[in-house]
Amino acid sequence: MKNTIAERIQDFLKQFPPFDILKKEELLSISKQIRVLYVEKGDYIFRQDKPCHEEFYIVREGAVGLYRNFDNNQSLIDVCDAGDLFGLRIMIIKRNYRMSAIADEESIVYAISAKVFEPFIEENKEVNRFLLGTFAAHARNYFTETEKGNRIDNTISIEVAKDLSALRSVSYRKKPITCALEDSVQDIAKKMTKKKGSYVVIINEDKQPVGIITDSDLRAKVTTGMFSLTSLVTEIMTSPVITYSKKLTVAEAQIALIKHDISHLCITKDGTRNSKLIGILSDHDLLVSFGNNPSVLIKEAKRIKKIQKLRYIRKQVEKLLETYLEQDIPTVHILNIISEINDALVVRIIELSLKEMSIPPPVAFSFLVLGSQGRREQVLLTDQDNAIVFEDVAEEDYESTQVYFLELANRITKGLHTIGFEYCPAEMMASNPRWCMSISKWELQFRDWMTIPTEEGTLLSSIFFDFQHIYGNSVMTDRLSEVVFEGVNKSNRFLSLLGVSALQKPSPLGFFKQFLVEQNGEHKDTFDIKSRAMMVLIDAARILTLYHNLKGVNNTLQRYKKLAELEPKNKEIFESCAKAFRVLIKFRTRQGLLHKDSGRFIKLNTLSKKDKLRLKRCFRPIRDIQELLRIRFQLKTLM
Amino acid sequence: MQLWSKKNDKNYPDFWREYLDLFNKKDQNMPLKDLRFIAFDTETTGFDYTNDRVLSIGAVGIKNNSINVSDQLEVYLKQDVFNEATVEIHGIRKHGALDKISEEEALRQFIKYIGNAILIAHHANFDRTMINKALQRQGLGDLKNKIVDTGVLFRNSKHQIYRNDRMNYSLDELCNDLKISKSDRHTASGDAFITAMAFLKILSKLKKNKGFEIDDMLRLR
Repeated sequence: MKNTIAERIQDFLKQFPPFDILKKEELLSISKQIRVLYVEKGDYIFRQDKPCHEEFYIVREGAVGLYRNFDNNQSLIDVCDAGDLFGLRIMIIKRNYRMSAIADEESIVYAISAKVFEPFIEENKEVNRFLLGTFAAHARNYFTETEKGNRIDNTISIEVAKDLSALRSVSYRKKPITCALEDSVQDIAKKMTKKKGSYVVIINEDKQPVGIITDSDLRAKVTTGMFSLTSLVTEIMTSPVITYSKKLTVAEAQIALIKHDISHLCITKDGTRNSKLIGILSDHDLLVSFGNNPSVLIKEAKRIKKIQKLRYIRKQVEKLLETYLEQDIPTVHILNIISEINDALVVRIIELSLKEMSIPPPVAFSFLVLGSQGRREQVLLTDQDNAIVFEDVAEEDYESTQVYFLELANRITKGLHTIGFEYCPAEMMASNPRWCMSISKWELQFRDWMTIPTEEGTLLSSIFFDFQHIYGNSVMTDRLSEVVFEGVNKSNRFLSLLGVSALQKPSPLGFFKQFLVEQNGEHKDTFDIKSRAMMVLIDAARILTLYHNLKGVNNTLQRYKKLAELEPKNKEIFESCAKAFRVLIKFRTRQGLLHKDSGRFIKLNTLSKKDKLRLKRCFRPIRDIQELLRIRFQLKTLM
Repeated sequence: MQLWSKKNDKNYPDFWREYLDLFNKKDQNMPLKDLRFIAFDTETTGFDYTNDRVLSIGAVGIKNNSINVSDQLEVYLKQDVFNEATVEIHGIRKHGALDKISEEEALRQFIKYIGNAILIAHHANFDRTMINKALQRQGLGDLKNKIVDTGVLFRNSKHQIYRNDRMNYSLDELCNDLKISKSDRHTASGDAFITAMAFLKILSKLKKNKGFEIDDMLRLR
């Protein structure tokens, strides 16, 4: 019998995957059994935590939002437009929905019975893969939620359903931590600690996986006293294990983990339990492959054994940054997160470099990062500025000690370069003997800069005074801070000189309020956002923090926040400076991501009128803060 | 009882007797979401109730706010009456490629299919009368189903101020106003589907008025 309605539905469906793969008569038989739903804006199609419907859905007209409620916070996971599938849970797990589908506008939705569609999945591998991929893209959001550490995590993982990355093969760990059947619980706990793993796979003499023990097993079964440390692994292991072959896709792995409610999959040679174990895949590994979770990236950075691989983490950071900017995450959060990851990368490089050294350090040392990284304002990869301070040694040992640390510094700076931090053109790096000294020599150097001011001295001190201890013994770093504040308290002269340098920065606008661009050189005709706008704000914040003896506040935004508390009468200026700085940072980051550079030199003709106005609005606080410095330190007489 | 035995005396075919039986049961208090509605449309050779004939019937079921494509009927009737002029509207030729059945068979299928569902049609009076006339030709009675007219329903969904009681909204006007795609307009099934869609849209508007019940809908004029 003719069915005009079903034919029209078929005409629609055949434009979209996975239906485009099906044969005409197959699609018609599906179309004949569809339900057509009409929903108004705000209507629910299904609700989170309610049992799965017997159908999945495709948007015919309008838009349906997928939302996930979490800690009373509703976050949008995805918006489905015409042709997008959703509610695929029924096809895969048949448990309660993990999100709600709500009409974002008046919509028409087709409901397709799972029973009707199932035969096609079984017969058609491509259809299956598409559905898994779509499901996985939506499902990704629950994974990030398992790491509750950071609020922002819950909002960042919006992924488009068509993202085919879910269909690539997983990269699993090739040398899994294993133990034998006759090992004791204590043996494996030691092994796991040593290898920094959260699991151990128990294998038989043919290297086939028999069972698995994870951190949570130890917690639940051993630390509770249920089993003793001398118990055999076979008593507490979970068995049998879930195994797959290495052809497993990211989407399939994700679904397998959800389905079995486990954290590890064993990869075996032929995918069955009766073949050799060749690797392991954890939920953590999967998360890393999505690259949208900062805490996971940090955790991963701590485990990586080759510097080259750290580069991959830094690449993920860039992706993360793009998502953050797209979603207008507050600048403060962005700075914090990126700094945390950068710190973790530097620390890991130092650890790896130390391992390469033939002997451990002769004395304690502190590795400092300077400049923007020290202020925790480094968003994009810029130059590396760093230094080493080591403990005082006997005169005759000084040279050999310095040589040791220079060699270490060489390895570190090379490592940083490998992952993408450019070498500092001014050689302001720990590998330069001038910036790799004992604490006493550093103290002398700092005092020198402050008492016998030279142009170079003020420039260098402005970079060095924003130092941040990253690795080693922080006692020496604290000592240096004290030196700085002692010097400042002795005379205001040093601050005045710093003030002068802040006022002498090239101004952003010309007489006719036009942007001033670079007149010559490599960056001719571009606007130098760093030296013409950001530096003044950074310098002013530093000078005023020193003036107030504020210790341990390195970040420009935090500095302005503190200053606003300390000087209520200037609160407005400081707050507007902070605001301007936030805008400028975002501006620079966007430009940098766009042009794959540091974002410092902006081509004005690439900016919209609106952007230019936004940029110009930031210059007003710059003038105000310069005026404030001029009056406070009576700089007119000095200039 | 008198009425019942009288009807029973007549020599009705089984399908018609079964159909009538459905309306003797008194369990009409079903919630809206469990009620079965059927949107239907007829294509005819013209507008004359006596001389013109039904060419095709398209119908689709609605339950719990959704259109069930599997619950549908689409029949084409063999024609004795042929009207050249309307061919270009409905596109059904006298000896086209479509499988055609007799009027008797078409009515049998339609009656069996609709059961005691509430019928929905646009300008329902025309479609109902065309079907009733056909039923009479077969020696059967009139349709017993409750019928909702989307034209009337639409008028009532309009705000008091914009409502024009004398206005007869055409299906095209409904489509424009409710933003319904007009594909397959002027085929019985296509129009039935559009009518079903319009019904869902108008209903969701009316339901926003507190306490709107199915009885209210059936009482609308």
